Amino acid sequence: MLSGFFIFNAKGEVLISRLYRNDIKRSLSDLFRIQVVSSTDVRSPITQISGSTAFFHIKHENIYLVAVSKLNVNSAIVFEFLGRVALIGQSYFGRFDEAAVKANFTLVYELMDEICDFGFPQITEPEALKMYITTEGVKSEKAVLEMGKQIAIQATGAVSWRRPDIKYRKNEAFIDVVESVNLLMSSKGNILRADVSGQVIMRAYLSGMPECKFGLNDRVAVEGGEHLGRIVPPTISSNKKGGSSTVDLDDAQFHQCVKLSGFEESRTITFVPPDGEFELMRYRSTNNVYLPFRVNAIVDEFADANHVNYKISVRSLYDAKTYGQNVVIRVPTPPSTNATKIKVTGGKAKYVGSENAIVWKIARFQGGQEYVITCQAQQGESNSKKPWSRPPISMDFQVVMFTSSGLVVRFMKIFEKSNYQSVKWVRYLTKAGTYQISFLPPLQI
Amino acid sequence: MADAKFFTKGKVQELREELAAADKRDTKHTKKRIVLKKIVANMTMGNDMSPLFADVVAVMQAPMLEVKKMAYLYIVSYARSKPDLAKLTISAFERDLVDPNPLIRALALRTMGYMQVDKLIEALANALQKCLADKDAYVAKTAAISVIKLYTYDRDLAQRTGLIDKLRSLLNNENSMVVANAVAALSEIAEKTPDFDMRMDFTLSSKLLTAMNECSEWGQVYILESLLYFVPQEHGDAEVVAERVMPRLQHANSAVVLSAIRVVLYMTNYILKDDIVNSFFKRIGSPLVTLLHNGPEVQYVALRNIQLILQRKPDFLKNDIKVFFCKYNDPVYVKIAKLEIMFRLVTDDNIEQVLPELKEYATEIDVDFVRKSIRAIGKCAIKIESAADRCVTTLVDLIKTKVNYVVQESIVVIKDIFRRYPNKYEGIITTLCENLDSLDESEAKASMIWIIGHYSDRIENADELLSHFSDSFKDETSNVQLSLLTAVVKLFIKRPTKGQELLPKILKWSTEDVDNPDLRDRGFIYWRLLSTDPVAAKVIVFGDNPPITSEMENLPSQTLEELFLHISTLASIYHKTPQMFIGGLRQKKVEPSAAFVFVTSQPMADTWMAMFCKLKVVSIKNHLTF
Repeated sequence: MLSGFFIFNAKGEVLISRLYRNDIKRSLSDLFRIQVVSSTDVRSPITQISGSTAFFHIKHENIYLVAVSKLNVNSAIVFEFLGRVALIGQSYFGRFDEAAVKANFTLVYELMDEICDFGFPQITEPEALKMYITTEGVKSEKAVLEMGKQIAIQATGAVSWRRPDIKYRKNEAFIDVVESVNLLMSSKGNILRADVSGQVIMRAYLSGMPECKFGLNDRVAVEGGEHLGRIVPPTISSNKKGGSSTVDLDDAQFHQCVKLSGFEESRTITFVPPDGEFELMRYRSTNNVYLPFRVNAIVDEFADANHVNYKISVRSLYDAKTYGQNVVIRVPTPPSTNATKIKVTGGKAKYVGSENAIVWKIARFQGGQEYVITCQAQQGESNSKKPWSRPPISMDFQVVMFTSSGLVVRFMKIFEKSNYQSVKWVRYLTKAGTYQISFLPPLQI
Repeated sequence: MADAKFFTKGKVQELREELAAADKRDTKHTKKRIVLKKIVANMTMGNDMSPLFADVVAVMQAPMLEVKKMAYLYIVSYARSKPDLAKLTISAFERDLVDPNPLIRALALRTMGYMQVDKLIEALANALQKCLADKDAYVAKTAAISVIKLYTYDRDLAQRTGLIDKLRSLLNNENSMVVANAVAALSEIAEKTPDFDMRMDFTLSSKLLTAMNECSEWGQVYILESLLYFVPQEHGDAEVVAERVMPRLQHANSAVVLSAIRVVLYMTNYILKDDIVNSFFKRIGSPLVTLLHNGPEVQYVALRNIQLILQRKPDFLKNDIKVFFCKYNDPVYVKIAKLEIMFRLVTDDNIEQVLPELKEYATEIDVDFVRKSIRAIGKCAIKIESAADRCVTTLVDLIKTKVNYVVQESIVVIKDIFRRYPNKYEGIITTLCENLDSLDESEAKASMIWIIGHYSDRIENADELLSHFSDSFKDETSNVQLSLLTAVVKLFIKRPTKGQELLPKILKWSTEDVDNPDLRDRGFIYWRLLSTDPVAAKVIVFGDNPPITSEMENLPSQTLEELFLHISTLASIYHKTPQMFIGGLRQKKVEPSAAFVFVTSQPMADTWMAMFCKLKVVSIKNHLTF
């Protein structure tokens, strides 16, 4: 387990140093400064020093969060713990950076004493911690003394992420499904790879101890079938638009609050949510990816005349009722381009020399539309003509009320013993991950 | 609160006076709080504040939690350097240990444990007798961890006072967090103590698995890790435990996921049926891939572990190769780890996708990554015969870029390709020879020299080229010298007239002017061989080389076996068993039992065969083909 924890600023000065075990000395922090902070070439998040000593670090804002161990420690637990420290810091101070650490260093020490004992991570739920470790020391003092017992029960209990006494006048739950879609397509429109990674983020403003039941159009849950994680045979989705289509998840991971055994047995997602915002689940899907945009690119290179002609059309494949925003298409140009001719049927496009690309922006892209750019890049005469690597055309966008995986929230039921009415809101957003259209003839290597 | 102002160097004497002054008329304790903040800030900056020990002890009883906690932090930091003064704190701790507020009781207990001083450790041992039985879970969970603090300082005392047995009984506590901490404490004791018996039976394991459902994520990890002390006596028990662990693979915390995978892999040692074992391997695939959506640090841990599992199950994840393609903004350690996995997964079917990727990587910025990518292209050529043509074309393209290290690395791998496919690609030798001047690394030089020597009958000016290299013979590294010696001998055998001038020079240098015994011996052997029997010399020098294989260096199966018990730990990152970098640890082993099914390593298998005659031989054969 951990022998110590440090926070360094970007210069390598120690902002926090907490030793949990006597097998290391504070001066060990100098080694980290020399080997990592001052080094320009850090090739691992784990730095091994003199055999048994290992430094684990992550960078957060302008600080390094560093753990030291002398044992054969579980590395995942260390990185998860460091990530959690950053999260707790954000939850307490808004931003967790050098200024915040310095301005609240005693509180940080207090937290480090509480969340990790002798190097073993302990209670790390911000909600639980905030009950007894607060910035307003004096005020909470009495509360702590009076409520100590109750807090202790709560903090060590099975639902440590939620206080029992939360009250809202209006009970609301917001669900955001955010997907990023990755695509590599050939110029002829063949999909070389496409996948989606998504998150379900919930903001819960609910009173008491609500038990939530969350339902997706998960293929396995709807139709029955094999367990998640087993190899699922590829299925052909016949019905794109119909309401009965289902999503095929390759894998899903859930927040601490979700009862995992329930999901494994019956694909039901039940949980008592933390208060406020949290990531309920994360998932991947590679089957039946619905692409928001189809791109056709004709690129002709005239080596003799030193110019390249492009004709690129972009068509939105989502429903006409919804729209994409901040759509940006980057069309790479040869390195020594010195003049361009551009014509578009929508949006604005211009040549950006620093990016070696023609950047075409369409602020709002309604569903079922098509726009075309016709352009020419003229290359300057240069003696040392470098070969052009022809990087792919790339796209950036956000499409609202659309999911590339086809995931739909079917229900969110909230049960609470006081039986209050609650309002639920669901939003969907699909963003571009790496969305690229190659115009290399495939396999020209 | 702009506490940043406290980060200014303070003088000990001034702080002492301020603290003494603050103790008067400080009903709300705000003055003490400020002085203590200054002291803590100075500790953080590395200034020695230990002379203030007695002064801080004097204020630690202030009935304000914030002041108390800062005083504790101070005392913990300096207790070891002031053992006599540290004793003075005992009465204060003892008062807190009977406080009605469990948070205060636990705080006192926790802090005492950090003060590794004789007197306080004894007091801690006394306190623990009571605290381990505290009805409040918060105190009990703190007490569980405190037992290891005590144990680390004084093993005998911990055993003598019966605290370890009390700790063991906490496994039956009704609060899951207490159970998890007790498990964590016991596991660490077991790891450090050779004769400590931590083995668990099926009933206890089941109980822990039930408790796990209510645990914090960290508690789940502690329990999962402890399950490696369960030695199944029946195949069915192993299956049940593995199956009950499976839901953890959907947890958002990667430590829970990887620890669950460790348990599943461990249990496969005790599961008889191959199809069940295989289905478990299949089911851990997707969650492992999902870990690649975490931050780069967690990705790195996942990738290093995937590399291990692939050594045992090469077809594991074979349909997922695309997820291991490098993203341009991946940190270089992630890229390099992915590259190895790509190579392990590359087959006839996916080489068409892999090769363009590799070619792209070979034009990136990071030199080490570029080199490894080129090496991977070469290895693909060797591994997949049908793709060799395209790989070689790619390498030739790369050489044409004239980037120094790209050229050198390409030449090194092309040498291996020549050995793998004799008489197929010699046409590119001309291109290689255009780049002789840019070679400044010994491995590239040695490879190029090997190529020239081996094909000296086809390279018109081979003698000039070798003579060019031999100008700096005495300054070269030994591998270049050895390569040059052999190449000149080959030249002489193939084209005696061309080599007759160079050969005596090289032989003389090798045997007389260089200190390296390997080189000298090899020189003498060639010399005598050529002077006694030139025909035999030809047979020997141009004898068949052992075939080049494409396989990555796999770990010895025994090491691999052991590393499977350390999935997710540092050992799994370093690919070294823990004993290789940490002393004094107990070696983890797969304990033999009636349910044990052995898997890979023959020597171990032999030993156990003798011990357990009942083993099914059929399954052995199947497993050994991995």
